[in-house]
Amino acid sequence: MIKFEQVSKTYPGGHRALEKVSFELTKGELAFLTGHSGAGKSTLLKLISLMERPSAGRVAINGVDLNQIKNSQVPYIRRDIGIIFQNHRLLERYNVFDNVALPLVIEGTHHKHMTKRVHAALDKVGLLDKVKCQPSTLSGGEQQRVGIARAIVNSPPLLLADEPTGNLDPELSMEILKLFEDFNRHGTSVMIATHDLGLIARMKYRSLTLDHGRLIQDPLLGSSLPGDTL
Amino acid sequence: MSLLFKGRGSQNDKQSKSVILKCYFIIVTILRQGVHSLGEMWRTPMASMMTILVLGLSLTLPTTLYVVVKNVQKVSSGFQEAAEISLFVKETVSEQATQTLVKRLALYPEIETVNFIGKDKALAEFKSISGFGQALDYLEENPLPSVVLVTPTVRHRSAQAANALLNKLEQEREIEFGKLDIEWLERLNALLSLLKESVITIGLLLLSAVVLIIGNTIRLSIMDKKEEIQVLKLVGATNTFIHTPFLWTGIWYGIIGGLIAFICVMLMLWWLESAVAMVVGVYQSNFVLQGLSGSELLCLLLLAVALGFVGSFLSVQKYIKDIEPDKV
Repeated sequence: MIKFEQVSKTYPGGHRALEKVSFELTKGELAFLTGHSGAGKSTLLKLISLMERPSAGRVAINGVDLNQIKNSQVPYIRRDIGIIFQNHRLLERYNVFDNVALPLVIEGTHHKHMTKRVHAALDKVGLLDKVKCQPSTLSGGEQQRVGIARAIVNSPPLLLADEPTGNLDPELSMEILKLFEDFNRHGTSVMIATHDLGLIARMKYRSLTLDHGRLIQDPLLGSSLPGDTL
Repeated sequence: MSLLFKGRGSQNDKQSKSVILKCYFIIVTILRQGVHSLGEMWRTPMASMMTILVLGLSLTLPTTLYVVVKNVQKVSSGFQEAAEISLFVKETVSEQATQTLVKRLALYPEIETVNFIGKDKALAEFKSISGFGQALDYLEENPLPSVVLVTPTVRHRSAQAANALLNKLEQEREIEFGKLDIEWLERLNALLSLLKESVITIGLLLLSAVVLIIGNTIRLSIMDKKEEIQVLKLVGATNTFIHTPFLWTGIWYGIIGGLIAFICVMLMLWWLESAVAMVVGVYQSNFVLQGLSGSELLCLLLLAVALGFVGSFLSVQKYIKDIEPDKV
């Protein structure tokens, strides 16, 4: 599904965010991406969602080399990727329904079908009764679930989540992660960036560890990658 | 359309495989965005009204100037049609020779009518008009010459053509000299030309101001919706999808601003109508103040829409492409 081959990313100014990162996430897999602040987790997710381009190496999704993708094709790539943010990034001017419907509106989905899909997505995250609420009237956990509903409403084959439980208490965090598990059981590939090691330990999934831009741990390649220490 | 996963598309893609249906959905989306942007303006009535009023008033001034030029042109064309050449006959020419001259002049293709005013008739007219009747009685002989009044045909009534005709007529041996009261007409034409140039210059400046006002309003709106644009880009919105509502806003500003300008001009004309009627009454003219015709209103609206579109297009092109989702 996702393949990184010797990917490096250096930002203008010389900050090296990623250095020769290689890994593969197979179809239908759920994996955590962990590491300290500034380790390169967000940059890695940005490379997948084409918010950044690698300085070196190759990023591919489902065999398609993202380096070869033209800027005009980027929106169509992003429609295949559901992205969940730590700060939800919900649009305050719109109610829950409109926020969740956004990807479907962009795709030009018929209103009748759109309503069905939005209700299904909100039902999945347990917020069907909040369909007409404004995001500001919801709790942090509810807002995060609205963000998740928006990410899954058009059934993307790949879900990326950046610190999805960052602002939530442990109980709510587990609830959110169980949602990801559920989507994963239905065939969606999921990559979750988090620095909550306790959560990762409880979930027993593959965990990729980044440290100063280097991939220092990947269970599929051994506990510690050559030349790096934990 | 999925570039990564074969066979995966939106439900919409599955439903509409034909080009016609896809076009239909694109048009429906664009129209829906148009209605939505009108709703957005409605939701912020004060800000929208302020901008629209500024636009309306900016469009009112060039429109008013246009109407002024149009009416002045109408008045001056009436004056031009009255152009008349006075030919003063030499003292030595007999009355019979003058009558022959009148017949000869009537054969000129450039001349429509020829009127002969003899010396005696001219004196009688002068006495009645000038108010010097009694003083003229003391003169031993009539000092006035016979005059032939020539009205050129429509094609030869312009200042240039009438002047050429005058030069030609002055070549006649019976004519002492001719007079074409054309100087004031030339001055009027020069003033009219100056007015037209001024209107075009002021109009262009004001229309540029309209583009800048709309551009700046849209820029502020884009800045206000920066977060929203970032989210839209993240969930897969194309640039066209993001640009369209802003372009619609510019178009709505243009349409409503144009209508306000039209209403202002018509109100102004209605206000001036009685004053103009009074002036016209004094000059015993049948002049009627003209407003904007249907086609001119359409032109005004199209121009306003074009300005709105250009203003918003410039802002959208410049500012939206710089907004990128920088943080996951």
